[in-house]
Amino acid sequence: MNEAVPMATAVPPTDRWASEFGSFAEAINGGEPAWLRRIREEGLAAFRKLGFPGRKDEAWKHTDVSPIARTSFRVEPTPQPPRFAGDLIEAFTFGVLKCSQLVFVNGFFAPKLSYLRWLPEGVRVRSLGEVLRASAGALERSLGSQADVATNPFTALNAAFMQDGAFVGIPEKCVVEEPIHLLFVSSGDGGPLATHPRNLIAMGPRSEATIIESYAGVDRGMYFTNAVTEISVGPEAALDHYKMQRESEAAFHVANTAIHQGRNAHVASSSIALGGGLVRDDVNTLFRDEGGELVLNGLYALGGHQHVDSHTFIDHATPNCTSRELYKGILDGQSRGIFYGKILVRKGAQKTNARQTNKNLLLSKEAFVDSTPGLEILADDVRCNHGSTIGQLDESAIFYLQSRGIGEDAARSLLTYAFASEIINQVRVASMRIKLDQLILARMPGREVIREATG
Amino acid sequence: MGEPMLEIRNLHVTVAGAPILRGIDLSVNAGEVHAIMGPNGSGKTTLAQVLAGRTTYEVTAGAVRYAGKDLLAMRPEDRAREGLFLAFQYPVEISGVANAYFLKAALNAIRKHRGEPELDAIEFLSLVNEKRELLGLEESFMGRGLNEGFSGGEKKRNEIFQMAVLEPRLCILDETDSGLDIDALKVVANGINTMRSRDRAMLIVTHYSRLLQYVIPDYVHVLTGGRIVMSGAKELADELERMGYGWAEEPAQRAAPAG
Repeated sequence: MNEAVPMATAVPPTDRWASEFGSFAEAINGGEPAWLRRIREEGLAAFRKLGFPGRKDEAWKHTDVSPIARTSFRVEPTPQPPRFAGDLIEAFTFGVLKCSQLVFVNGFFAPKLSYLRWLPEGVRVRSLGEVLRASAGALERSLGSQADVATNPFTALNAAFMQDGAFVGIPEKCVVEEPIHLLFVSSGDGGPLATHPRNLIAMGPRSEATIIESYAGVDRGMYFTNAVTEISVGPEAALDHYKMQRESEAAFHVANTAIHQGRNAHVASSSIALGGGLVRDDVNTLFRDEGGELVLNGLYALGGHQHVDSHTFIDHATPNCTSRELYKGILDGQSRGIFYGKILVRKGAQKTNARQTNKNLLLSKEAFVDSTPGLEILADDVRCNHGSTIGQLDESAIFYLQSRGIGEDAARSLLTYAFASEIINQVRVASMRIKLDQLILARMPGREVIREATG
Repeated sequence: MGEPMLEIRNLHVTVAGAPILRGIDLSVNAGEVHAIMGPNGSGKTTLAQVLAGRTTYEVTAGAVRYAGKDLLAMRPEDRAREGLFLAFQYPVEISGVANAYFLKAALNAIRKHRGEPELDAIEFLSLVNEKRELLGLEESFMGRGLNEGFSGGEKKRNEIFQMAVLEPRLCILDETDSGLDIDALKVVANGINTMRSRDRAMLIVTHYSRLLQYVIPDYVHVLTGGRIVMSGAKELADELERMGYGWAEEPAQRAAPAG
């Protein structure tokens, strides 16, 4: 019989990340202001306290993050030259779209791949890292003010390790006609790398903008993106926001988008998840004042062994606000989708009008979905409803299409596409809508018929 | 005269093990309009759906030949491409697919199968506008989701509109008159009559003789209990209306072997 061999004591993942922070902090210690150091230290402390979530954490019970926790990721304190040709990023742009574009490679701003078109006076679209180095004081009050480190360990980790991302500042009454595209590309080449992008978007009163965040993998490698985006939308302002997630299928992607809306502000935000192996996508929104309107959409189209966990939280903290939430999932292969939505209508948030819907289409017997819509209503004069469905393609609809001469595969694809189109058609940026169409169609047989049948 | 366009022989069909059709024999020649009348549950819709290829029904015995081919061996889409059309009793609503685009895809799938060039958007529009007006459908109708939120009458008109555009050789109409008011019924009947031709056959499945006042059949068959128990000329429809289906069932029961 074997003698009991003493096990090498494994370093707990939380401690390993914490000790990584020591050398990271030393490497970047180039005179960061005290308030920024404090954000990092508070982030690290919160992360140590929370640790990586386990299955017992209600908010994480469907998603096992141990593959992230046990991987030893590289954190690069300074930009490294990209390991791939610049033209690889074209696959992740939007064709002829006239937009300003900031590109980040492996977490760092890549000025040579980025360009700004003409922007109205006072609009700032810059690398957050540069802004922090040049005029850090300007961000002291806003950075970290919306994304909560106390409850989300990944947001805490981002606060400790963030280095770059986009800063978008739009002054009062300023209308930015062309979209602003923030593109984060990563490569798994060179071993597992962790990046912690941080975006800060501040829109003044009555301003208008369209902002697209893209996260993409240029190869099939393994890496970890841990992004946090803080968006504040001033009174009467209007934001059209998209997050397009096309990471490599070996990649880990965790994101937290925190949106605060001022009085009568309008926000439409869509989170599209097509890529990633293990993905957690949080969207947290807050109505800070009366009269806000929110359209919150999501689409996850998965296959293979992909796992995408979408959590949304809409905080109706003030009266007279409206939210319309629609998340749709298409699950093929052995993929797994999770939708967990919560709408909180706080005491006093009278005349709230909230609707939350989650619909899922299972294309395979081995695909799986968990859907947990939820409302918590503490006010008494409100109109709220929620609902969720999980189903398969309607066989009678397939037969109906076949009976008109459309082949079975094409009929199935057409119905799947039609299911997704409810979200796709709400994308207001035409070239992004076309791109999304192509990406959804590329996975389906009978493409030509669908193209014809959907115009 | 050559082979009939449709020839059904001793067709037996079950649904989830329960026998629904119990030996149907029927021949339909090009140019003919046949009405199949029967009470609820007699197997009318089953017959229509089996001919179009619905696989939830199981054919346990018998054969069906269509235009010289073994119909039952063909996939539903191939039946459609070969010119068989079923106007559904309950057309399916499909949101996210506009009427116009759906119909263009269907038409081009059929044209491609026939070796005809596919129609471009302009050719397609001029074709459908004529048919659309025939059925009294507004132009805005083309941009709406397929049957999405349509009234019962609109759905039925859409079925006949599709039929007019796709120009099938064998039209099977399943309870097309149900849910139509008298004005809509006349429009739909006119659409159907416009399509009558010596090259085309029609099988009209109906409970009531209402539609048959406007679309005069050449033959009327009575389907009860999964069998055709009586066949005759168009006058049979009036007689059934007057006497009820019980009258037609009696001779069948008398003819059935005891036990």
